Amino acid sequence: MKAQRRYIPSFHYYKRMLTGRLMLFLCSLSSLVALVPLLLIFFYTVTRGVDYLSLDFFMKMPKPVGETGGGMANAIVGTLVLIATGSAIGLPVGILTGIYLAEFGNGKFGTLVRFLADVLSGVPSIVAGVVAYGLVVIPMKHFSALAGGVAMAILMVPTVTRTTEEMIRLVPHSYREAGLALGIPQWKTTVQIVLRTAFRGIVTGILLAIARIAGETAPLLFTALGNRFWSTALDQPIASLTVFIYDYARAPFEDWNNQAWTAALVLIIIISTLSLAVRFVTRSRYTQR
Amino acid sequence: MLTRRVLPLPGLSSVKISPRRNLGDVVFKYTTLTFAVIVLLLVVLMAYEMYVESKPSLAKFGWDFFTSSTWDPVREEYGALPFIFGTMMSSLLALLIALPLSLGIAIFLSEMAPHWLERALSFLVELLAGIPSIVYGLWGIFVLVPWIRTSVEPLLSTHLGFLPLFRGAPYGFGMLAAGFILSIMILPIISSISRDVLKAVPQGQREASLAIGATKWESIRIILKDAKSGILGATLLGLGRAIGETMAVTMVIGNRPTISLSLFDPGYTMASVLANEFTEATTSMYVSALVEIALLLFVITIIVNILARFLVWSVTKKS
Repeated sequence: MKAQRRYIPSFHYYKRMLTGRLMLFLCSLSSLVALVPLLLIFFYTVTRGVDYLSLDFFMKMPKPVGETGGGMANAIVGTLVLIATGSAIGLPVGILTGIYLAEFGNGKFGTLVRFLADVLSGVPSIVAGVVAYGLVVIPMKHFSALAGGVAMAILMVPTVTRTTEEMIRLVPHSYREAGLALGIPQWKTTVQIVLRTAFRGIVTGILLAIARIAGETAPLLFTALGNRFWSTALDQPIASLTVFIYDYARAPFEDWNNQAWTAALVLIIIISTLSLAVRFVTRSRYTQR
Repeated sequence: MLTRRVLPLPGLSSVKISPRRNLGDVVFKYTTLTFAVIVLLLVVLMAYEMYVESKPSLAKFGWDFFTSSTWDPVREEYGALPFIFGTMMSSLLALLIALPLSLGIAIFLSEMAPHWLERALSFLVELLAGIPSIVYGLWGIFVLVPWIRTSVEPLLSTHLGFLPLFRGAPYGFGMLAAGFILSIMILPIISSISRDVLKAVPQGQREASLAIGATKWESIRIILKDAKSGILGATLLGLGRAIGETMAVTMVIGNRPTISLSLFDPGYTMASVLANEFTEATTSMYVSALVEIALLLFVITIIVNILARFLVWSVTKKS
């Protein structure tokens, strides 16, 4: 029998193989490179923020300029007040619009609203601040927590709308048919069967939206402004963690800079808790099924 | 649709189904419709509100607003060119750094990584997207800027100093730092959407190219060609993010309204001039000029986003 001729790879073949290997290596490398800033940011926030992390930070008020120590109790409460105000305005709009889009939104008007919600999600947060300034601050003639809440509500609406719609659409059609077949009116079917099934998903959307606005600074600069004193009134300027970080980071006092790191650490802990809650909510949904 | 016929069931003869539409249904539909209309009105209101506020500036400066580089609150002369330039320059620089990296990540995640690694990496990239802008800025001031001042800029100026891009004193604060921090911030969105786009390319394309003897990389190149418009869309979404990004940029760019080719020089962006000067604006013309910048920012980001969504949608709708 004749021996089979051995295939001798050409130079061209080696070139192709090597280019391939090199490019695949570069792709893997870029994934590693992307993790470097993530690790660095976490590393610095934790190591520099942990020094001032104490009960005082949560319980005490900011000290006057020149004195060291003190905490950010008012800013933590202020951030919570702003989130609550934003949610009170933004959540009803977002959730009910989401329900409309899922239930009746197959026509032209629905498509338009869906499109606008998407467009709204791309609008820079500082623009939301400018709008809230014109809508609330100018008529009231002074900065207020309410104006900050309005700016945050504008930023919440698109996220909540789209997740609510998507979650309702995920509910199997047979559930709805079963309800209607029993003679239950459509609105009751939606509220008591469809919404209850989609509840966890909608909560996920709400938590995501809150996580997003909790870290916002730009829309608060000229709406809620900031406040060094205790205030929870909606018609007065109010402190927030993020604006405190901004002011303290640029201040020429080392003590303030360190407190900015601690505030950043607290902020990241709050946001991570929210996203962990999202994971928890979504995970238990899948294991139930 | 529901049939309205009532079957005469024994014992249920008293049940009547009204032929009219249920009142609750009508109330429910119009309540939700009202809120949908609110969303529609909100967008219109935002544009209208900014238009009204910026009217004095629009009337006084006209088109010169976009071509003049004088920004002088004392003499009440406002031109937005330095800010438009700064926004463009920092965003493009960010894209230049972030795009190759994001593509690499997207390819790695969709074509190479095993399932568990893909999930873990996607989670980490999501974390990067969740860090607030202000924390990036804080990190930028105290870690990134000193590093750029002491290591990156001296290195660039000794080796590439003959280019006008790398001239001047190494301040640290400036265009380079802004582009750098923006690139980290837009990397998650570009890479995660590109990954989705690549995954939407039919499996048959991969199999077909491998079957005719392409190497893995050659097969990926074919897939990239298929996903081209979607990747462009992802890039535009990242660009939209970079254009509107405020806090981190404001904290590291140096905030000086100059137009300079050198990446070492401080600059200013449309978003950061709003962040810095809005509360200090004392005269109505000053506020009006600032709102006009906000309106411009609004219009640009909307156009970029519409384009981007259309491109991404044109690729992913098939799957």
